[in-house]
Amino acid sequence: MLKSIGKRVLQTLVVLFCVSLLIFILLRIIPGDAITTMMGEHANAETIERLTKEMNLDKPFYVQFASYLRDICTGNFGSSYTLNKPVTELISAAFPNTVMLAVFAALIAWVIGMVCGIIAAVRKDGILDRLFMGFSLLGVSIPVFMVAMLLQYLVGYRLHWVDISGVKNWTGFILPAIALGWNSAGSIARLTRSTLVEVLQEDYIDTAKAKGLGQGAVLLLHALRNAMLPVITMMALQISSLLSGAVITETIFSINGVGRLAVDAITSRDIPLLQGTVLFTTVIVIVGNLIADCLYTVLDPRIRKGA
Amino acid sequence: MPKKSNPLQDDFRTEMAAEREALAAQLGESDTFGDKMRRLASDNKLAVFSGILIVIFILMAVFAPLLTPYDFDEMDLMARLAPPSAKHLLGTDELGRDVLTRLLYGARVSLAVGVIPTVFSMLIGVVLGMVSGYVGGMTDAVIMRLADVVLSFPSLLLAMVIMYTLGDGITSIFIALAITNWASVARVVRSETLSLRETEYVEAARSMGVKDMVIIFRHILPNCIPSLIVLFTLNVPSAILSESSLSFLGIGVQLPKSSWGLMVNMGRTYLYNAPWLSLVPSAAIMLVVLAFNFLGDGLRDVLDPHLKNS
Repeated sequence: MLKSIGKRVLQTLVVLFCVSLLIFILLRIIPGDAITTMMGEHANAETIERLTKEMNLDKPFYVQFASYLRDICTGNFGSSYTLNKPVTELISAAFPNTVMLAVFAALIAWVIGMVCGIIAAVRKDGILDRLFMGFSLLGVSIPVFMVAMLLQYLVGYRLHWVDISGVKNWTGFILPAIALGWNSAGSIARLTRSTLVEVLQEDYIDTAKAKGLGQGAVLLLHALRNAMLPVITMMALQISSLLSGAVITETIFSINGVGRLAVDAITSRDIPLLQGTVLFTTVIVIVGNLIADCLYTVLDPRIRKGA
Repeated sequence: MPKKSNPLQDDFRTEMAAEREALAAQLGESDTFGDKMRRLASDNKLAVFSGILIVIFILMAVFAPLLTPYDFDEMDLMARLAPPSAKHLLGTDELGRDVLTRLLYGARVSLAVGVIPTVFSMLIGVVLGMVSGYVGGMTDAVIMRLADVVLSFPSLLLAMVIMYTLGDGITSIFIALAITNWASVARVVRSETLSLRETEYVEAARSMGVKDMVIIFRHILPNCIPSLIVLFTLNVPSAILSESSLSFLGIGVQLPKSSWGLMVNMGRTYLYNAPWLSLVPSAAIMLVVLAFNFLGDGLRDVLDPHLKNS
């Protein structure tokens, strides 16, 4: 088991290196003159010279890349040109909001998704099953911005249930979290249903029933325990996609998170900020996926015992 | 000298053959492409309905000028933000333009963005996947690590960075989406190639000295086509969603051109007094995406059941 985890960690390191190289190439090399792109045609010569020095653009490619790697390894992403602050500071101010949003979204998605999935599996082919599965398909196909705007319009504007003027305390996170978690709830519900349906056909479920266990005990002690493995892995994968997928939700609900920072960086052509936010988010996703992979190895006794 | 037939053995042989045939029929392997399509048409009404819906959307996009009396940028400043009525079935926007008309013209961009980058990403994915699976070794390792790198990015973020590098515009969207979507295609094609490479007919072809290129294109590629059809139908809606997200964020299709995502974005300012401006195009996106997903699921069930698990 340790060997396979070690191999995965090594692979991840290689991918991390390639990802940083790709971002470097995309943002520094291809745009031709990065500084003109950033400052516009009318930048004065002095600024251009200063920025060229600062970004090492006057040195050869490998020197640039080496200093860039050294910088990101020490957590130094440079300073934002539009906001005049170190990128690291901006990200660390925005990240708690993104985390808060993702955690809320995950909680909503998992509770709703699992409950619907379990009910659908137990009442397979019943009305509730069809209803929930129809909803979950809608969850996968409906664009995030549509859910977000429908919620804003109906719940916030028409019904006045929640304040939509901005995020002041935790209640402000409710609507954005539903909008963001909607997709994930659908996929969790589908996966829970399909694995549970499969498990419920196993012989040991019949054995448990034959022993005289009640339906609830069979479901909780025997079926769910075995059906949860793929669901937990998917949950771990979802955390990273929720953290990175918040771009649109954060924009619509004006939440000051990392995704919104990235969008702002693009519209204001702020290369250090864009580079920092993209690198940061991608690293989180990669590490999250690595953890999900390892979790699977640790949780599944068949893999853990090396059978 | 002719071999004397052994009745017992013959019996056994026919029995085996019958069994094998039954198994093949059960797996749907003996069916022709036409058989499978007929089965889809009779068993899966939802997929058929979705297919019809997609055709209707395509026709609407193609014949947009004939279907509406208005021009897509014809302004009627007296009727700004008018709610849906007999004159303007889906209302008007902030400059008094007919929303239905803009929806029909926007369908052209949205459908094109669904199909064109998907074709390119499939081409890249198929070539790299087949080479990777057939050649193996170092080439395989390099291509697959490259796919890992692309897949490890959150796809919207990667598309955003590429859009930044290339600048706004439809061509940039095509390129950005093709670059972000090829990797998953390459993975599927590679695994298909790996298993097809071991089949008897490929071995036979190789032992007769058929060139590798010919084997790849004449024996392996045609057998990948069912999976490719399924992948195509499932990748088109995800490309449509990506474009609408990019345009929604203001880094995709730019004015005066129009796409559904851009319409949603422009309408967002008026969400509270004219909700139809963003909700109508959102609903259009949802319908098309749902239709493609249903059709894709249906096709997968008849053409390529084992894809379901991957």
